Amino acid sequence: MEFLTIIQILDSTIRLATPLLLACLAGLFSERAGIFDIGLEGKMLMAAFFSAAVAAVTGNVWLGLLAGIAASLVLSVLHGVASITFRGNQLISGVAINFLASGLTVLIAQDWFKQGGRTPSLFSGGRFEGWEWPFAIGPADAAATGQPVSRLMAEANPVHQVYSELLSGHSILVYFAFLAVPATWWILFRTRFGLRLRAVGENPAAVDTAGVSVVGLRYAAVLICGLLCGIAGAYLATALQAGFVKEMTAGRGFIALAALIFAKWRPWHAMGACLLFGLLQAIALRFQNIELGGLTIPVQAMDALPYVLTVVILAGFVGKAIPPRAGGQPYVKER
Amino acid sequence: MEKMPKWADVVLIPLISLLLAAALSALVILAIGEDPVAAVKLMVDGALGSTYGWGYTLYYATNFMFTGLAVAVAAHAGLFNIGGEGQAMLGGLGVALVCLFIPWPHWSLALIFAALGAGLFGAAWAAIPAYLQAKRGSHIVITTIMFNFIAAAVLNYMLVNVLRPKGSQDPASARFPETVHLPSLHEMLAPLGIEFSKSGPANVSLLVALAACVVIWLLIWRTPLGYEIRSLGKSEPAARYAGISSVRIVMIAMLISGALAGMMAINNVMGEAERLVLNSTEGAGFIGIAVALMGRNHPFGVFLAAILFGFLYQGGAELALWTSIPRELIVVIQALVILFTGALDDMVRMPLEKIFIAVRKGQN
Repeated sequence: MEFLTIIQILDSTIRLATPLLLACLAGLFSERAGIFDIGLEGKMLMAAFFSAAVAAVTGNVWLGLLAGIAASLVLSVLHGVASITFRGNQLISGVAINFLASGLTVLIAQDWFKQGGRTPSLFSGGRFEGWEWPFAIGPADAAATGQPVSRLMAEANPVHQVYSELLSGHSILVYFAFLAVPATWWILFRTRFGLRLRAVGENPAAVDTAGVSVVGLRYAAVLICGLLCGIAGAYLATALQAGFVKEMTAGRGFIALAALIFAKWRPWHAMGACLLFGLLQAIALRFQNIELGGLTIPVQAMDALPYVLTVVILAGFVGKAIPPRAGGQPYVKER
Repeated sequence: MEKMPKWADVVLIPLISLLLAAALSALVILAIGEDPVAAVKLMVDGALGSTYGWGYTLYYATNFMFTGLAVAVAAHAGLFNIGGEGQAMLGGLGVALVCLFIPWPHWSLALIFAALGAGLFGAAWAAIPAYLQAKRGSHIVITTIMFNFIAAAVLNYMLVNVLRPKGSQDPASARFPETVHLPSLHEMLAPLGIEFSKSGPANVSLLVALAACVVIWLLIWRTPLGYEIRSLGKSEPAARYAGISSVRIVMIAMLISGALAGMMAINNVMGEAERLVLNSTEGAGFIGIAVALMGRNHPFGVFLAAILFGFLYQGGAELALWTSIPRELIVVIQALVILFTGALDDMVRMPLEKIFIAVRKGQN
């Protein structure tokens, strides 16, 4: 395989890992606080639609991003009301949110745009453009030399290729997602808020005894989860693709959930897991079937691999994944 | 002291939840700029107004009875089987293998073995998550979700690389032979002199689904095994203290649950499509969750809820055909039903309990 091909696959790995990573960190905040969230998928989908819809109407992608975050937050609050205030089953609430998003997005899209449940395609201004770094090979060089970017890229030296293809040229949200990893680590493990948030997921009664509001902390965690899911959804519809199409999240929320378990609820490992699953997607996207020494690996095996790996990890044969202890249980104050 | 009478718990709360879901759905229809009353009328006409409509309503209801029972049996053991969709996909594979590779002399024989094959494949797909839950404590909700996706990949592989006839572009199996054609309601009712539409896909599997409701009722409330399942679901420590093996019960409950979800395939794969196609389940595995919640995990409740959702599905298709309301409205209604009957149960229950207690105090 050519060096440039590998770089290109890694480049698309980063693009594909970004929504997974954002959703995975979203789930990390929520589950560390003891609120299971299988509604990541639904929140992303809702955010994807509203960001694309608002960006299409206003032509401003930042307004789109805000709308996407707001839509995702609304579902987060719903999840919070059901699972924190009314102490309902968090898993059932998540299932309901996924269906709500899946139905409402198409319903509203059809009502607003009448294009069979999609938004109009987004053009420049309505999309997050790639951010070209200085000295990177980009359209400006292509215009100056009169040669296509792909040609210039192929002729450049390896370091320049890595710099131009892999590091430069992503949308701002990609860089945000990767910066969110150390930020998440810092918040969770180096601040008072983070300590309390983790405590509330392990032993809420202790947090309550210390005079800190369990309900408040859990709502805060659920809202951060909504914020990050909103950015993930907006990235899907306004950066990775140009507009919303029906069911465009395509199970990414569940892959993020799988990555979260794979990473055993730790931020840096979450990044590793998301990059791995992103790589699998990138490979499946580029090659149909992979020949490996006479053995053909079908593309479906690549699709299933994240889920199989997660089951193996959950089974505990290779390093057991133990979720936060109070996860999934509503907190009832002692009287 | 009971906070409220049993009828309120069993009938009133689901009914209020349903009304809340319906009211919100009506608001959604209004927001789209359509008339909710006209929409309901159209749905009732389309789904229940003709034997054609009933043919579809009962066809969908048959699917939902199987998947609803699957969720209900697992729920009695305290397990949330969200993997009905994957188990039903694998059940479809079982049916396809039985129907394609064995020359059956008569449909009745084929049906028995197809149901067995479907049940076996569905149960097998539930077995691994069940084992992991029972022995290794891996959360069954997550593992069954993962198995849904793995099932989709397996089915995709089987259809594209193995079962697809030569020269065909369509990722689907060959058509099943004529001999395994299941009699539709039209063909069953014609000898009795009852006129029923030819085009509705409802078929003899409906009777199998009804029988399954009765069998599951007997199992849960009239057998020692059912007692053990319910004990485990109510309190694991108490069940263990009573000498009930939780590993055994988790395995058995999930195998039954998976088999029921898998058996849905005799209706949609063998009865309707008569070949295996991609996405043959059309989300019925997930609707089972709403059906079981709505039906309070009781087979009779599941039966009623399945008819209700069958009506919603057929009615929704009619709406999409005649108005600007897309079919996805049904997904929204389904979400609201799950939300109100499942997650927001306390929101309905707590005020109601207060009312009952207040009324009782007033009487004393």
